[in-house]
Amino acid sequence: MGDGTHLGKVRGLGSSGHGSQHWLQQRLTALGNILLVGFFVVSLIRLPLGDHAAVLRWAANPMVALALILMVVSVFWHLRLGLTVLIEDYVHGPMLLLATVLLNFYAIGGAAYGIFTIARIALAPVVAGPGGM
Amino acid sequence: MAGNEPNTRPRAPHLQVYKWGPAMAVSILHRASGDGLAIVGAGLFLWWLGAIAAGPDAYAAFVACIWHDPSPEISLFHQITNILGKVVLVGLTWAFFQHLFSGLRHFVLDTGAGYELKSNKLWSTVVIAAGVFATAATWLYIMAEAL
Repeated sequence: MGDGTHLGKVRGLGSSGHGSQHWLQQRLTALGNILLVGFFVVSLIRLPLGDHAAVLRWAANPMVALALILMVVSVFWHLRLGLTVLIEDYVHGPMLLLATVLLNFYAIGGAAYGIFTIARIALAPVVAGPGGM
Repeated sequence: MAGNEPNTRPRAPHLQVYKWGPAMAVSILHRASGDGLAIVGAGLFLWWLGAIAAGPDAYAAFVACIWHDPSPEISLFHQITNILGKVVLVGLTWAFFQHLFSGLRHFVLDTGAGYELKSNKLWSTVVIAAGVFATAATWLYIMAEAL
């Protein structure tokens, strides 16, 4: 692309400093989302969602739990990329840094909470008693 | 410019100047639906997961808040959140289908196809119509199952 310097051509990163990385990751996580969120939405429609025991049995199934964890990774990665572009378009000045930091807290924190919760459902079925989440 | 003479200079392209078309609508809807899913959808998903993990009582409290409170005297708060929850769920369903179909359109555009004015307008319209249609079909199916 373009008539950049020789070093720039070799590195292939352009003025953004990370080349087509953002673009490519957005597409690859979009493909993951089509498969994993598609599976999730079909499951939601077919599950008796008012029945806690049935939902817990479904989520505790190893294949389902694995798919849910992969979905959390793909979705939170994809939403971080998308919201980054939103922030870059509408937030300027010192608020840009704050918004980007908050976004990273949300994306990483949300994904960690989701993965931990799925692992807890799959590995330690809830018993009656104090505690909970 | 002093003011009253007719302006024959080309105008800067901007939202107030262009006539709205389906391609512009589908573009901003892709952003709006994606951001809605990212913030409201992902947040509700984490709340739901936490409620499942926390046990039957916490899950019942979650369902009573966002869908239906089975107690004989429903608090004003739950009366409001029961309606709000359904509105949000229908909205998220639409956002999911809109973002999915619009995203598939972007995969086609990435190959360099679909930029001719006519086909661009056609597929933008198809994406918007399919999003509304799929949302209606999903909720008709859910309501038919519930009956």
